[in-house]
Amino acid sequence: MIKKNTPKERRIILKHADDPKYSNRIDCYLREGGYAMLKKSFKMKPEEIGEEVLQSGVRGRGGAGFPAGMKWKFLDRKSGKPIYLICNADESEPGTFKDRQIIHKDPHQLIEGMMIAAFAIQAKQAFIYIRAEFFEGAKILERAIEEAKKKGFCGDKILGSNYSCDLVVHRGAGAYICGEETGLIESLEGKRPNPRIKPPYFPAVLGLYQCPTIVNNVETLCNVKHVMEIGGKAFSEIGKPNNTGTRIWCVSGHVKKPGYYEFECGALTLGEMIYDVCGGLLPGRSLQAVIPGGSSSKILRADERFSGKLKDGTEFDWGVEDIPLDFDGPMAAGTMSGSGGIIVMDDSVDMVEAMANINAFYAHESCGQCTPCREGSLWMRKITKRMCDGGAREEDADLLLSVANQIEGRTICAFGEAAAWPTQSFIAKFRDHFEDKAKNPERKKSSLQLI
Amino acid sequence: MNLSEDTIEQIDQIIPKYPEKRSAALMIIHLIQDEIGAIDLEACEWIAEKLEVQPINIQELITFYPMLREKPWGKKHLRVCRTLPCALRGSYATCQSLEKKLGVKEGHVRDDGEYSLEFMECLADCGEGPVVMVDEQTYENVDAEKAGLLADLLLKGKLDDSKKFISYEQALVSESKTKASVKSKSSKK
Repeated sequence: MIKKNTPKERRIILKHADDPKYSNRIDCYLREGGYAMLKKSFKMKPEEIGEEVLQSGVRGRGGAGFPAGMKWKFLDRKSGKPIYLICNADESEPGTFKDRQIIHKDPHQLIEGMMIAAFAIQAKQAFIYIRAEFFEGAKILERAIEEAKKKGFCGDKILGSNYSCDLVVHRGAGAYICGEETGLIESLEGKRPNPRIKPPYFPAVLGLYQCPTIVNNVETLCNVKHVMEIGGKAFSEIGKPNNTGTRIWCVSGHVKKPGYYEFECGALTLGEMIYDVCGGLLPGRSLQAVIPGGSSSKILRADERFSGKLKDGTEFDWGVEDIPLDFDGPMAAGTMSGSGGIIVMDDSVDMVEAMANINAFYAHESCGQCTPCREGSLWMRKITKRMCDGGAREEDADLLLSVANQIEGRTICAFGEAAAWPTQSFIAKFRDHFEDKAKNPERKKSSLQLI
Repeated sequence: MNLSEDTIEQIDQIIPKYPEKRSAALMIIHLIQDEIGAIDLEACEWIAEKLEVQPINIQELITFYPMLREKPWGKKHLRVCRTLPCALRGSYATCQSLEKKLGVKEGHVRDDGEYSLEFMECLADCGEGPVVMVDEQTYENVDAEKAGLLADLLLKGKLDDSKKFISYEQALVSESKTKASVKSKSSKK
């Protein structure tokens, strides 16, 4: 194999994240040209900003990958009800830790992106819904908002205009389901975060207080600032068509150098990420599996091959390492890039234990509103736990699969899929491991306890 | 219920930030929980009156959200991440090491009320696992051995001044760079 050069990061969002001279205070942000894009945006018409964002093709960075400009277009402007903007900073998909970096290290970038977005959609008020475990993050954001208000970048009569928009930091309380946008809205209304059924409750029409609401991820809102800086058209040329801009990939698990890396979409493959960027696997180990987009995304087995036709007609025949890191690549391989959380597992991992670990997460986090998810996630936890405790039965793989299949598509929100997909994909790809558990119930000596 | 004037003032400032009073519930609960450690029935009733809702509307939040408490945690509360990326790097052993050193089972408060330990779901710092939080500070790459050292320092009251353990929050570049000034003051009493 010809040794290629290590692909180079292109840091747009994380440009200053690891600069030892850069601080999260406004003076530093202004020194680096901060809030210039807010000033530029306020000279434009709100709908022109929306057009730039639409043209940029920027897709949501929270997990679903829906084009942000399109989401904004769906806003119900005819009702005359106030419009709200919410930043989803609940970052809770296992394997994801990108928003943490932005919030703690460059909060003004987020605030600038948010105030541009708020002006573009003419929001009456904006909220940052931040997970409560980010104690310091919430304090940093509150301080940054105060700093921005003093300079007229936020709050009353922004930049001397007639547009006012207050920005409020709202802390969650440790529930994963609050990352689901309608659950988040319920939570922000002071209720249990039971997701709402769509239709009719599309946030852009019936969101916070039944008013039109836009919920965007932290990274997406930061991108809005950069779209204004680079221009919608030029931004759409970064990365690949339909996969524009950069993405922050968070790599965790069994690699030498886990961490967060920002690349142009499609600039590298999963193999280059694991072996070149992250330094490869630990000594003496080999790749067993990768979860490419947070724990809800379907797992990939190291020796799998994928072939077919991409949307643009080009044929592909990939191994796991050839999958391009963008939105469409993982999708073509039957999984998803989700929130960008790549979890790498080497050959030491007991896959049944890994499954049990994931099932315990979803069982803990199900909101309990829909029976298939509430009961099913508990059963999946119970079965896999029993398997790991020495009570595995030959028929367990089929039993697990039947439970997962009865959750998918039968719940109000996508949590049902998030809970079912791991089990479905683990059984499809590692069935032999589940069947073997009945014959060899002991954990491998080299394997860590995962449940 | 005896709340400090400072907390009451903060509560009164928070409510008008929201278009509807009820939205302030979680933020008020956090403030009160920070001061008195938990939200009991009396606190639920107090908040409900403040927000013009029924006590059950507050109680149903306390019983749902994992970080809200009907009974207080210990004076020092430790959280260890249990979820897959941390587990792949040994968080089960980390948690067991802390259980042994601190003399408390995960999910429990030590009998003397000094320490409590929680083996909880993803803390969103997966690249630096196993992750351990001590109150509001996040410590990274805490394997079982380091967890023992961390617990030793904590038991001696020397963790905050330790050079071996610099938390994620302390390591942030700040205008005021001294470690002492970044240290978060635990408001639990």
